[in-house]
Amino acid sequence: MDIADGLLHGFYVALQPTNVLWCFIGCLLGTVVGILPGLGPAATISLLLPLTFSMDPAGGVIMMAGIYYGAKYGGSTTSILLNIPGESSSVATCLDGYQMARKGRAGAALGIAAVASFVAGSVGIVLLTLVAPPVAAFALRFSSPEYFALMVLGLALVVLLSGPSLIKGLLALLVGLWLTSIGTDIFTAQARFIFGQAPLLGGIEFMVVAIGVFAVGEVLANIEGGEESQLLPVPRGLRNLLPTWADLMACRFAFLNGSVVGFLIGVLPGAGGTIASFISYGLEKAVSRHPEKFGTGVPEGVAAPEGANNADTGGALVPLLTLGIPGGSSTAILLSALIIWGIRPGPLMMQESPDVFWGLVASMYIGNVMLLVLNLPLVPLFAQLLRLPTFVLHPFIFGISIIGVYGVTGRVFDTVLLAGFGLLGYIMTKLKYPSAPLILGFVLGDAMERALRQSLMMSQGDLAMLVQRPISAVMLALAALVLVLPMLSYFNRARVRALAEG
Amino acid sequence: MQKYNLRNGDVVSGAFLAALGLYIVAQAYAWNYYNPDGPGPGFFPTWYGLLMIGLALALIVGTARKPKPQESPKNRDGTKRALITWLAFAACIATMGVLGFRLSFALFTFFLVAFVFQRTLVAAALTSVGATAAFYIVFPVLLGVQLPIGWFGF
Repeated sequence: MDIADGLLHGFYVALQPTNVLWCFIGCLLGTVVGILPGLGPAATISLLLPLTFSMDPAGGVIMMAGIYYGAKYGGSTTSILLNIPGESSSVATCLDGYQMARKGRAGAALGIAAVASFVAGSVGIVLLTLVAPPVAAFALRFSSPEYFALMVLGLALVVLLSGPSLIKGLLALLVGLWLTSIGTDIFTAQARFIFGQAPLLGGIEFMVVAIGVFAVGEVLANIEGGEESQLLPVPRGLRNLLPTWADLMACRFAFLNGSVVGFLIGVLPGAGGTIASFISYGLEKAVSRHPEKFGTGVPEGVAAPEGANNADTGGALVPLLTLGIPGGSSTAILLSALIIWGIRPGPLMMQESPDVFWGLVASMYIGNVMLLVLNLPLVPLFAQLLRLPTFVLHPFIFGISIIGVYGVTGRVFDTVLLAGFGLLGYIMTKLKYPSAPLILGFVLGDAMERALRQSLMMSQGDLAMLVQRPISAVMLALAALVLVLPMLSYFNRARVRALAEG
Repeated sequence: MQKYNLRNGDVVSGAFLAALGLYIVAQAYAWNYYNPDGPGPGFFPTWYGLLMIGLALALIVGTARKPKPQESPKNRDGTKRALITWLAFAACIATMGVLGFRLSFALFTFFLVAFVFQRTLVAAALTSVGATAAFYIVFPVLLGVQLPIGWFGF
């Protein structure tokens, strides 16, 4: 069965009324769990897994995949409206999305996020349809040195996220690296930086740091503003709540950038939407005509990371379906579901289980349209949330923050940490330390350390291995370029200034 | 004679981060830097700890050498308001194990609305009860997400 026949067969399966219904239920549930903190897609899929055992496998996997990619659509809502990233891949969306909301453009930001999700999600599915096997084979060439180089490239983006002080950005990044080291070392079981607290042995959850630094820190900074802090403005009228044609045109490269970067990084097991969204944001800023405006609320700063986050879904299904390798927790649960139904994901899945493979691929085209239709009309409704008076909105954000953390970890200890990270976020805002590099270091630090140590084990301590392998050498060179170019331009500016003054 | 700009947030935070870097390196020194199989648990922290010390010192020196900027008016009331809010939030979390989420969050919201936002006591009571009820209905009742339960069983 070639691709065209396979896709036609897939649409025949996906358009069966019951499968359309499962797809809709999955997308709706995904959107809801994406918006509400405390229930991630992985938890929702695991909860519903037993219910799908009596279903037809194609219907079951269509519904569960709907939850997976639907949650990515919903995840941007709280990032934009409340500066609360529901998951690590939504952090980059906060940077410009929340600033757009503060300028009275929450509706436009939500609309751009929905359109970017649709465009990039669709591109991701087309690429999944067309290039799955060769791309999966390429991804297999990634070993520890390549992953280390990828993480270094991700961390080099700190240059673009630092704002006016690169030193402060780098220091925030290093604090993130330290925070991610807290816990038990996976290689030797050595407890590190736990201050005698047994609950820290398992490390610190991402949600605790992100919600504390972003949401609680931001609310405290707003409260400090006091009389000056006004309600976030929300324009009246549906037309003013949706993105304009000019917004969409400004984002055209961001849609493409997010789609391609998100898909390619999504294919790599373990890399995930977080690094995809940060790299895509950094790339967008690097090629922008007005990079200085990033972080102040530009539409491209929402479109690129949101697109990457959604295209990552199509990419993540490539190693899952063609090699049987899950890239993250949600795809790992999808893999276990497929195995329970007696389906063997791998190179032969297209031939052995065409209903499930092509049915799933085709259902994602349908699901993406459903999500756009479902989400765009909800934009004005969600934007009304910002009409709440601050004395209602701020306690609401505190409550959501506590529930978001407790819902994920189930430990009061983590809510204590939340308060600590809230204070840290507030102090960072006051002292003008950027928070995005801290989150970047926290998210990538653990994987980077693991990849570096594995690489050095492979090469028996020889660092040259990192530059002897072509893929890692190219990525390290790119990272060096990203780091060195701004410094060269700084020295050049200083030299020109000195010449002019002299 | 040039006056060094030492009473500055950047200098203080730089000193704190340099001390943190020193602590990281000292801790990492106690762990294996290199095992027979490869890098040990002290390897990575040693490097980022040293980098932290270096960058923090660069921040301190760079800031201290700059001329003292014009004093901007300090918003002491605002800082006090933010810190009181944070203390109330921390107290809400600290009492959650005893009072449960519903009671401690309701008290926190009441305090925030009445004393930090300075609304009427009626508005504070209504917001506090309304927000707590909304969270209870959406999370434990509709979604089955558990919230901390206190000694009183709720």
